[in-house]
Amino acid sequence: MLKSKTFVKKTRSGGVMKIVREHYLRDDIWCGSEVCTECKQESTVLQRDACIESDLCCFPHYLIPDTNVVLHQIDVLEDPLIRNVVILQTVLQEVRHRSAPIYKRLKDILHEQEKHFYTFTNEHHRETFIEREPGESANDRNDRAIRVAVKWYSHHLEKGGSDGPKAVLITNDQGNKEKAEESDLLVYKCEEYIKSLIANPELVDRLALANDEKNDISSSKVLFPEHFPLSRIQVGIKSGTFLQGTFRASRDNYLEATVFVQGEGEDSTEVLLQGLQNLNRAIHQDVVAVQLLPREQWLAPSSVVLHDEREAKDEDATEEEEKEKAMKNIADDAARKPTGRVVGIIKRNWRPFCGMLNSSLIKESTRHLFTPADRRVPRIRIETRQASALASQRIMVAIDGWPRHSRYPNGHFVRSLGAAGDKETETEVLLLEHDVPHQDFSQAVLSFLPKMPWSITPEDMAVRQDLRALTVCSVDPPGCTDIDDALHCRTLENGNLEVGVHIADVSHFIRPGNALDLEASNRGTTVYLCGKRIDMVPELLSSNLCSLRSNVERLAFSCIWEMNNKADIVKTRFTKSVINSKASLTYAEAQLRIDDTTMNDDITNSLRGLNKLAKILKRQRIEKGALTLSSLEVRFHIDSETHDPIDLQTKELMETNSMVEEFMLLANISVAQKIYDEFSECALLRKHPAPPPSNYDILTKAAKSKGLAIHTDSAKALADSLDVAKVDGFPYFNTLLRILATRCMMQAVYFCSGMDSDFHHYGLASPIYTHFTSPIRRYSDIIVHRLLAVAIGADSTYPDLTDKHKQSALCNNLNYRHKMSQYAQRASVAFHTQLFFKSRGILNEEGFILFVRKNAIIVLIPKFGLEGTVFFDSKDKTGPKLVFDEEGPTLMVEQHTFKIFDKVKVTISLDDSNVQHQKIRMSLVDPVIPGVSVPVTEVEPPAKKPKLDC
Amino acid sequence: MAGLELLSDQGYRLDGRKAPELRKVQARMGVFAQADGSAYIEQGNTKALAVVYGPHEMRGSRSRTLHDRAVINCQYSMATFSTAERKRRPHGDRKSTEMSLHLKQTFEAAVMTQLYPRSQIDIYVKVLQADGGNYSVCVNAATLAVIDAGIPMRDYVCACTVGFVDETPLADLCFAEESGGGSSLALALLPRGGQIALLQMDARLHQDHLETLMEAAMTACKGVSKVLDEVVRQHLQEVSVLTGE
Ligand SMILES: [Zn+2]
Repeated sequence: MLKSKTFVKKTRSGGVMKIVREHYLRDDIWCGSEVCTECKQESTVLQRDACIESDLCCFPHYLIPDTNVVLHQIDVLEDPLIRNVVILQTVLQEVRHRSAPIYKRLKDILHEQEKHFYTFTNEHHRETFIEREPGESANDRNDRAIRVAVKWYSHHLEKGGSDGPKAVLITNDQGNKEKAEESDLLVYKCEEYIKSLIANPELVDRLALANDEKNDISSSKVLFPEHFPLSRIQVGIKSGTFLQGTFRASRDNYLEATVFVQGEGEDSTEVLLQGLQNLNRAIHQDVVAVQLLPREQWLAPSSVVLHDEREAKDEDATEEEEKEKAMKNIADDAARKPTGRVVGIIKRNWRPFCGMLNSSLIKESTRHLFTPADRRVPRIRIETRQASALASQRIMVAIDGWPRHSRYPNGHFVRSLGAAGDKETETEVLLLEHDVPHQDFSQAVLSFLPKMPWSITPEDMAVRQDLRALTVCSVDPPGCTDIDDALHCRTLENGNLEVGVHIADVSHFIRPGNALDLEASNRGTTVYLCGKRIDMVPELLSSNLCSLRSNVERLAFSCIWEMNNKADIVKTRFTKSVINSKASLTYAEAQLRIDDTTMNDDITNSLRGLNKLAKILKRQRIEKGALTLSSLEVRFHIDSETHDPIDLQTKELMETNSMVEEFMLLANISVAQKIYDEFSECALLRKHPAPPPSNYDILTKAAKSKGLAIHTDSAKALADSLDVAKVDGFPYFNTLLRILATRCMMQAVYFCSGMDSDFHHYGLASPIYTHFTSPIRRYSDIIVHRLLAVAIGADSTYPDLTDKHKQSALCNNLNYRHKMSQYAQRASVAFHTQLFFKSRGILNEEGFILFVRKNAIIVLIPKFGLEGTVFFDSKDKTGPKLVFDEEGPTLMVEQHTFKIFDKVKVTISLDDSNVQHQKIRMSLVDPVIPGVSVPVTEVEPPAKKPKLDC
Repeated sequence: MAGLELLSDQGYRLDGRKAPELRKVQARMGVFAQADGSAYIEQGNTKALAVVYGPHEMRGSRSRTLHDRAVINCQYSMATFSTAERKRRPHGDRKSTEMSLHLKQTFEAAVMTQLYPRSQIDIYVKVLQADGGNYSVCVNAATLAVIDAGIPMRDYVCACTVGFVDETPLADLCFAEESGGGSSLALALLPRGGQIALLQMDARLHQDHLETLMEAAMTACKGVSKVLDEVVRQHLQEVSVLTGE
């Protein structure tokens, strides 16, 4: 075995180093085909009957794509129709070098058994390895290697009989194709082959548009400056002429973007980009190189809200130029920001986008513009023959490229998601757009669930503390089925109180490294949408075995304190336990029990004890400078049959809410300290950085407009000044101010203690913090449980748990999933708000101005927790005279000046003229401004049940 | 740019080997006539030369003399031209000293030193070309040289470096694999009895992985021992033909 290999040296020169590597060639690499009798392979991947109806190849065949076909046509390869494909090692390696996302997708296909994709390790096969010839470029060598491998396959498969499958090379490179034909290979261009699949014409739509000149109908006029090649960009970045950063398109203005340039430590900057030319075909999330403009050309961010709503045709750019001029801000120097232009793209971060088709005005046209749901992404031109069928559907489209003379990028159709406006479709869209993994759990994942009927075994009991006799109860929102925490409180003989927080012992069921664990760690969090929950762990665990329901025995991880009557902690201990909750209460039920003086049972007394301590804890926390901020959360009453929202109310908070919260915070802090003491290098913690002072500008300005001062030098100062900020006759002012303060905050993040030195949690005013109390719905808590279990000797450790790099990578994923789930949740609320207003018709409501923009005001309706924009300019008619003052900020419309916090009256209606971006439209009713405000509309009676045709 | 993929999904390593496979080993004994024993070994692209003098009387300070066994003196060095980077290698730098010490410990465990009280055995090893697993290759070279010198040993000392990538142990690492991250472990084994002469690991490794890694290292060492054994037999055959015995 060892000696059977011949031996070739491969030399690779890079810089001054000469690297010599061994390269073994083998005889034991098999072809992977079912028909082969020669190879001694244990299992085969490629099928005998590899048939697909094609009028080019009417015989069974295996496709062998070259690198560029894989890179550009991955959508086609992903189609279930395309099976029996050989991916050569040469191709796989090149793809790996050139595009990480496509490499990942290719790997996923290779793992999928139904696809019958086989990797042939041609570079180590004795008969298919070739050496680079003198003068041959690396690319040419690889092309030749691919041809040699295809040749080998053709010969090899022929040995199994002439009617066996044949190897077909797919390439888009003309030169490569000709050379392949010379050596008698079967070779087709990708487009040619896909079009030959007579039975499946829809696959053509998934073809990426080739960036051929002839393929472009747009004027040959060059619209954009060229992108510099990577080599020049790298030189420029090194010398400091260019900056590298992530491109972030503006949600509100399609002609504006910023590039976030990561600097050393705090030293990050943002570069402003304005105008199509300067944006230069960069797309949201791309990594780009920018060049700063001379200082005198620097601009201030515009406050204009601008959407690209032109007809779907390529007209000349004059209109854009006008708009660009209009938004140039003649601001003083202070407001100007470093401004630049994109000179090159370092890495594209394109993903398939959800959105809708704007059908071309010409009926027979096959070219259409596609509008992504994400406003930050430009419209995409695609080619499809199914336009009429797709017109009312949500579809997915991938970008292929953006030539210099095209106003829009070119792309291709990937798949349809369903009818637009449909609740299922819209939910699917928002899950996809926020990258929320939401497929059903796979069989592999489910196989790691405990077998039913499940019960606690004597072995479990032996290593756990038996707390079944304690009066434990849980307090949660109504309808909660995944109860992950329960509490108890009792008086000890020495007069102190014993308080216990009992958390579902999820880590008992989810063992490290198995499929269930990997799935949960990828999902990171349960996502709550209106009327729908996307679980992190399968339902058997989330709603049954782990849920601490009343009157059943459940495994728990308990944190138990002994406290004196001043809520000082005398002793803390952690233990795995078995509990039997005596009651599952809602916040309201618990509140009733506490308030009802006639009740004196154990549960109620326990609740009263907890409530008393919680109040003390809360006071202590606030004295230390913890912030109580405000955000309006709305809750929908959902019709049980149609699942349509029928009413909407803002969530109200009761004393019991904060009682539970207080003990959860305490448990989290105690556990954080314990795991950090035990694992100083790899404790998973959560921090909340203090915001940079500039974040507070908007808050201080707003307060100043009411003659109040807000101190922001510390959390305590901020909390104190928010407490005293009150305006007579305006009770809602303080809440508004707190809503604004919330918007100034930074995002709290998970991190690994060995990778960071700043642990402080600003909002909670705690030096250390983590998440321990919700392991059913957060993966971070599962890791914390495992760490704590090791710390108290209740469980054994495993390699990844103590690897700080792996844990840091996990934290990044958790932070990303957490952020995305919040966005998805907001999007879901917005969608349901629209459904609600659709059924309600037009409403007149009072609201407050939250922000003032250059051409609009943003109004908050407290009753619905709804934010909307009132625009003062319109694209058709000449708008009113607008004067915007940055300092206030104030906006003068004709004679009336709008300031932040002004009370206004608006009508609210649903604008469904654009099915994709249905939006809540608000128009001004009061104050009355002639030509701007609208008369009070009679409130229409609620619309009848929506009919099917809408 | 992505880093190197040390182990592909198909189970092949960078150079085309599978995880437990060793590199090609070629060796020759008795390359220097004037030394008591010598050997040259190529393990893939790592090439090393070992020379043995002794046992002979103690030289230099007599105070190191041991009355019940021989003193083993080892010296490890690397040729200036042995790596891609042309680095000046002062004699007796920290790394060489450490290596020398490791070799000394290894051979003290293997050579039957009690047969030669009050004497000294010198083992000199030089790495001519380095491509990973320097220590192991030197041990293997020195074993052959000691056998060539006719000094009795308990068993062959066979060494191999193993690494750990994607939960899979890789045998006989090359330089790219050694520097590609992950922990590596060097083991010198007396294969027949399974005694460990030296075990060295600098990186961190979780306890759970140690056993699999050790098993892989043992298997690899046994593989090396088979090759060395063949080399020795081949050499003996050649020598006996020459001397006409
Ligand atoms: Zn075969």
